[in-house]
Amino acid sequence: MSDTKVKTYTRADFSSDQSVRWCPGCGDYAILAQAQKVFPDLGVSKENFVFISGIGCSSRFPYYMNTFGFHTIHGRAPAIASGVKLSNPDLSVWVVTGDGDALSIGGNHTIHLLRRNLDINVMLFNNRIYGLTKGQYSPTSEIGKVTKSSPFGSLDRPFNPLTLALGAGATYVARTIDRETKHMQVMISRSYGHKGTSFLEIYQNCNIFNDGAFGPMTDKESKADSVLWLENGQPMVFGKEKNRGIRLDGNTPMIVEIGDKWSLDDVLVHNESDYVIASLLSNLTYQSDFPDPIGVLYAIDSPTYEELMMEQINNEIGKKGSTSVQDILNAGDTWVVE
Amino acid sequence: MSISTQKVDEVVIRFAGDSGDGMQLTGGRFTETTAIVGNDLSTLPDFPAEIRAPAGSLAGVSAFQIKFSSKDIHTPGDRPDVLVAMNPAALKVHQKEVRPGGIIISNANAFTPRNLKLAGYDTNPLEDKTLDDYFTLYSIEMGKMVTLACEDMELPPRTVERTKNFFALGLLFWIYDRPIQSTKDWLAVKFAKRPELVEANIRAMDAGYNYGETTEIFTTRYTVDKANLPAGTYRNVVGNYALSLGLAAAAEKSGLGLFYGGYPITPASDILHTLAAWKHLGIKTFQAEDEIAGIGSVIGAAFVGNLGITATSGPGIALKSEALGLAIIAELPLVVINVQRGGPSTGLPTKTEQSDLLQAMYGRNGEAPMPVIASATPGDCFFVAYEACRIAVKYMTPVILLTDGYLANGSEPWQVPQLDDLKDFDVTFADESNLIDGQFMPYTRDKKTLARPWAIPGTEGLEHRIGGIEKEDLTGNVSYDPDNHHYMVATRAKKIEAIANEFDPLEIFGNASGDLLILSWGGTKGSCRSAVEKLQADGQKVSHVHLRWVNPFPNDLGEILIKFKNVLIPEINYGQLIKIIRSEFLIDAKGLNQVRGKPISSSDIQKTAKDLIG
Repeated sequence: MSDTKVKTYTRADFSSDQSVRWCPGCGDYAILAQAQKVFPDLGVSKENFVFISGIGCSSRFPYYMNTFGFHTIHGRAPAIASGVKLSNPDLSVWVVTGDGDALSIGGNHTIHLLRRNLDINVMLFNNRIYGLTKGQYSPTSEIGKVTKSSPFGSLDRPFNPLTLALGAGATYVARTIDRETKHMQVMISRSYGHKGTSFLEIYQNCNIFNDGAFGPMTDKESKADSVLWLENGQPMVFGKEKNRGIRLDGNTPMIVEIGDKWSLDDVLVHNESDYVIASLLSNLTYQSDFPDPIGVLYAIDSPTYEELMMEQINNEIGKKGSTSVQDILNAGDTWVVE
Repeated sequence: MSISTQKVDEVVIRFAGDSGDGMQLTGGRFTETTAIVGNDLSTLPDFPAEIRAPAGSLAGVSAFQIKFSSKDIHTPGDRPDVLVAMNPAALKVHQKEVRPGGIIISNANAFTPRNLKLAGYDTNPLEDKTLDDYFTLYSIEMGKMVTLACEDMELPPRTVERTKNFFALGLLFWIYDRPIQSTKDWLAVKFAKRPELVEANIRAMDAGYNYGETTEIFTTRYTVDKANLPAGTYRNVVGNYALSLGLAAAAEKSGLGLFYGGYPITPASDILHTLAAWKHLGIKTFQAEDEIAGIGSVIGAAFVGNLGITATSGPGIALKSEALGLAIIAELPLVVINVQRGGPSTGLPTKTEQSDLLQAMYGRNGEAPMPVIASATPGDCFFVAYEACRIAVKYMTPVILLTDGYLANGSEPWQVPQLDDLKDFDVTFADESNLIDGQFMPYTRDKKTLARPWAIPGTEGLEHRIGGIEKEDLTGNVSYDPDNHHYMVATRAKKIEAIANEFDPLEIFGNASGDLLILSWGGTKGSCRSAVEKLQADGQKVSHVHLRWVNPFPNDLGEILIKFKNVLIPEINYGQLIKIIRSEFLIDAKGLNQVRGKPISSSDIQKTAKDLIG
């Protein structure tokens, strides 16, 4: 995909002429800014990027990127992106979606994209609320959430996007936060670098309908104890003094204080290729006494769908030689009328 | 006793049996052989939705009808001259449609007390003489015959019993003087890995053939002369296969990659199966997770410059409707095939109907016009598929192609088309020359076709964004401007209307004026044409016009309609084309509407026509 004659781009090359229309203070601005910072340096000619989105606040994203873009219909971006990628595997294809778009109306397409492992990059802006329809609970809203459509509290048990992605057979699962600009840049680059479907959940604050949903992870005082920064091959420690860690007690994760009783050696070491660790980490989400893991939970190599498809096609062409439809028309039991 | 040979013009045979009796296969072999003999023919498979309904039950009866003739024919026939009934249930279901004086050939071994009870017979109709007054009945112990034929083969009795359809086939080959060798060759290929099955089926078929020759039960053999078809090379073709070939031909002629995305659904799945096997043509097929993903993937394919195709049936179209709207506003070329079946809801999945016309015309939110083309015969599926693709790309629009269960599974002799004879299919993608002052405008238009440029990702300088929100004229930017919306709605409508300017004049079969015009669309063409031929032969002033395009209507349709005192529109629905014709042309057209899951008979059309013109 990385072509040889790539121009040198700046951030401005990736900004379209359309004025950005998200609410002032929306987390989406930060995500757009990081993307526009990272994309010039990915080594891909601008015309080879395609952004596909569904419906929702996040799905306006393609209008603001000066690449090829398609703002489609609610929930269907993965399906449309699949057609794009399979028809032209040379393109770098990005799906921008939200918690409602990807996990509610488009849940089916999301899981099937992940299991097929097309080389498509999914950025899921998770604000745990419906923004564009003005504030109903979403499939990632917590139980009991009071919204316009749940005046007595939501009864829905929320989806955990990362657990769902892992369950669907994703080969790359990661999470970042809108306020962590540097981290987000790294995550976007890594999404691009992963061969196969990359699934990046971005905690995104909706300051109108769900302000502070990720407050503990972004507020200065609480952040250190609320975020578990993942680094491959490194022990899972957190806290201001990096003196707290995740330890496995049997199969159960527990938080330990590093000091007299527990040392760094007792702390679980992250391994991006270990499905069990990824699964365990993803399940720390929504558990108030644990920090939320941020970073790459899981990344493995696996053949992409489009590679396998092209292999079948090339095999058949190799076996049967180049064929015209006329050959097929002429085949079979024919007879001649004089 | 000598056996006489009688020459006949046409014969209708219906093979009927349990789902497990191999009736479709038997009918298929008889059809291929009849094609090789050079008769004109038309077939109608009729099978249950259940894969294996309980053996012997009425619900499990599967049938295959073939009409073959020395003349040019248009339908698989109304009433069979010959019914092959492999069990009591098959007899029960189909006997009432056999022509009085016709022949019934049955497998006596299947008429057991249990099977008779399952079919609802109190007494054995093969023995109680109830059929004798109306039909010539041949009650043959086919099960016993094949057992004897395979006696020394040491095969399980069940395996031997299953060859009885080839006994019936062999007997019919003898009665109608058809060659037997091509089916032997076919068996050798079909069961290449199971030589014992090749042998057993050949023995069964020979036994059937020889049974006719030696038993002296049959006093007459029949011959049907070759049909007088235009010179050329022919093959027999089934509708879904012809359609798949048409799509592949469109890809080859245009040089576009063919991307097919779809979800399996009866009776459209064979299109997916056929294209999936043609990887050596470079065709990409994608079995999506659902109907919506099927069309979604195709829209994506069209966005990046592939020929995007999806096929489904009515329920699938319902699910694809929102995506069709997106393709319309994004102005992307794709072809959506609806192989219609009985509805509403799951309806009659394996039976034919024409009841999705209004859905195709109007079944979307907003002002969302789409061209609608319909196939008339199994072989015509090839040409309409090609034409649908060509129009989609030329006008940058999704196109709906309507066929139906009868066309999809039915077959006819087909003069093999030559790719060179098909209309040109040139494609131009937008490039730097489309830039205006260095800027690309995705919603500029070709002056004649009103098509917008096809600007595909990967083309430097043409980066742009499209989507489902109303587009601003020229720039394609999001626009909520009232005048712009009105203008864009009108422009999209005009673009579709303009397609009619390239249609050939309608063919009027008969005089250009008269007492009655029969107007048809889709798979009823054959029944209408047969009826009109007979009415004309009777001296009636009746003509026939068939519509290939239902949207837009041909420009000359209105002036044709007003030259007839009456207009009759036979449809396998409760009156759909007639609604559009009445509202477009303000004429008092009459309908003939039957929704029985099968083609309208030409005799019913004749009768209605006679009633109308008095």
